[in-house]
Amino acid sequence: MLCRRVIPCLDVANGRVVKGTRFVDLVDEGDPPELAERYAAEGADELVFLDITAAPEGRGTLLDIVERTARRAFIPLTVGGGVRSVRDMRDVLRAGADKVSLNTAAVADPTLVSRCAARFGRQAVVVAIDARRRASGPQPAWEVVVRGGRDATDLDAVAWAERVVDLGAGELLVTSIDRDGTRSGYDTDLLRAITSRVGVPVIASGGAAGPADFVAAIRDGGADAVLAASIFHRRTHSITEVKEAMAAAGLAVRIAAEPAA
Amino acid sequence: MTAPPAPNAALRRPRIAVVDYGAGNLVSIDQALDRVGADVVVARDAEAFRDADALVVPGVGAAAPAMERLARRGLVDPVRRWIEARRPYLGICLGLQLLFDGSDEDGAETLGIIPGRTTLLGGAPTLPHIGWNQVERVRDHPIFDGIRPAADFYFVHSYAGSPTDPEVSLATTTHGGTFVSAVVRDNVVGVQFHPERSGADGLRLLENAVALLRTGAWTAGREPAGVA
Repeated sequence: MLCRRVIPCLDVANGRVVKGTRFVDLVDEGDPPELAERYAAEGADELVFLDITAAPEGRGTLLDIVERTARRAFIPLTVGGGVRSVRDMRDVLRAGADKVSLNTAAVADPTLVSRCAARFGRQAVVVAIDARRRASGPQPAWEVVVRGGRDATDLDAVAWAERVVDLGAGELLVTSIDRDGTRSGYDTDLLRAITSRVGVPVIASGGAAGPADFVAAIRDGGADAVLAASIFHRRTHSITEVKEAMAAAGLAVRIAAEPAA
Repeated sequence: MTAPPAPNAALRRPRIAVVDYGAGNLVSIDQALDRVGADVVVARDAEAFRDADALVVPGVGAAAPAMERLARRGLVDPVRRWIEARRPYLGICLGLQLLFDGSDEDGAETLGIIPGRTTLLGGAPTLPHIGWNQVERVRDHPIFDGIRPAADFYFVHSYAGSPTDPEVSLATTTHGGTFVSAVVRDNVVGVQFHPERSGADGLRLLENAVALLRTGAWTAGREPAGVA
């Protein structure tokens, strides 16, 4: 049975892993390759590397750090931030990424999703959706925001999720901007709204405080994988603790083999 | 052009040619093979792998563009001849799928080394099949030495090869339906998962491959273990 994945996220700004609340007030958390190696050894199932200042600064991804990170971790690496063309995606894959995450550039030009999928296969194309809950309305609804949460788009997050899957996204990384960095748990309503409408795996992101939140994202939200940053960086909870809680809740998890000597 | 045997074959680092036909990430396979004791050559043309001890064909994505790019680089016939000469070949993901006759994904004709086609994963709850899943061995093979039964390996694909001859199946995996996740036939080994991204177990599998090359066991003409 396919295991539910636990994914530490490396938010990278100026070559360092950082963490802030709601994408602002960034705090230094370490060196990307070092953290990648540590998490791989601790049983992470995959890593996400987001160059969070690439899009706002209008530049490409930091390829040398991607490559140094890829060489240190023998687990899959998804890289996002600053990918605006098929050529950019090719460069990021060549630097050692297994998957590329598209966000702002996909909203600006949705054909980027289909062009990348046609060239590299849909399994390599992750679309990251940053969603903010709309203030009013009888039903909960979420709006897509871009540029690290700075800009609203007026796109409905669920409709956008369905559209990018039609265009060729092989996986979705769904971040609740309201919950990000707040340690108030994943937005399981948002996750459920999306997972009930798409057939591709969904990675839950934004708001993890403890192991119970990971279980809820999967059981209540229907997520395939759960992503978190600061609770792992700060060793508030270990990957093992999270996986133990998931296993205790009856979810399939990977128990990593001891690393070879 | 074959190099003379090294004085101490057991300590020699086998030369492994990783075929680069533009199908994605080569950093991880390069790094992983280096880590387990191989010298890696990235081969963009047939000349580059002529003297290698083994050919590794990695890759993700669809068969038609992959075959097109192999053809553009003049690699289709050399790869086929390599396999027909019974030289060691390890196919990973797309590098396994290309061994079959053709792919249902886009109708591409592939190398035709192993009878059967690449078909969509049946009954899968989510597609693509992305993540760690159990690889259940259906027979013994030294490439899995020291790896516990049903160990998890990393997958990322929507299609998998369906061999017509069940004898080539080395392992299976279940995601909705059950599919063949590793094959062996003569000198050819293929895995649908990514050993280079499967942590310690993946490195162990590649280390076993390097050991088979070092001892010459890969090309000894031995029947796959468990058949005899």
